[in-house]
Amino acid sequence: MILTAVIPFAIVLAPSHFTAALVFAFFASIVFGITQRNNLREQVRYGLYCFAMFVGGVMVAGWAMWLLRR
Amino acid sequence: MANSSTPKRTEASQAGSVMAIVAPAVGWLIPGAGHLIQKRWIRGLLLMASIVAMFVLGILMEGRVYRPNSGDILDILGFVGDVGAGGLYVVSRALDWGQGAISHATADYGTKYIIVAGLLNFISVADAYHIAIGKKS
Repeated sequence: MILTAVIPFAIVLAPSHFTAALVFAFFASIVFGITQRNNLREQVRYGLYCFAMFVGGVMVAGWAMWLLRR
Repeated sequence: MANSSTPKRTEASQAGSVMAIVAPAVGWLIPGAGHLIQKRWIRGLLLMASIVAMFVLGILMEGRVYRPNSGDILDILGFVGDVGAGGLYVVSRALDWGQGAISHATADYGTKYIIVAGLLNFISVADAYHIAIGKKS
């Protein structure tokens, strides 16, 4: 398409699996924190909790796959 | 006393019912805007930044943007997720983004980023609706 030529994507991101998971956890936790709790303190706490659970889940899944592979 | 307050209540409930329709619609079209039009500035900006960032990062990772009529059930589910991003999805389809050849292993993350950006926007839209009807402050 013509518009594709007007706005080409010169940048292609190729993050590692862990970096991609961290960035995913960061943004998803912000949305979860804001939408699932009412006041500011609870929102921050829930956002941090979600982030910890996401990252913890990645760690656990990573080690589980490492054990299964051996 | 009761007579003077009744019309005000009626006006307030009408404004609330209009906002209950407008806020989700605007929030779907522009992520975070459903909160912004209800003067939840910080929440709206954070939601907008998070959802737009996830969608754009997904595109930059060479993630795939699903089309509506591919026939495969998983593709249809992917489309449902993608379309949640509203205006971002429309722009990406109009500019033909997310259709290129994948050149690296983590491009699949990009596809998931785009889908999840849409799904998170659905949650954001529901939150804007709950604020509009007074269920949430």
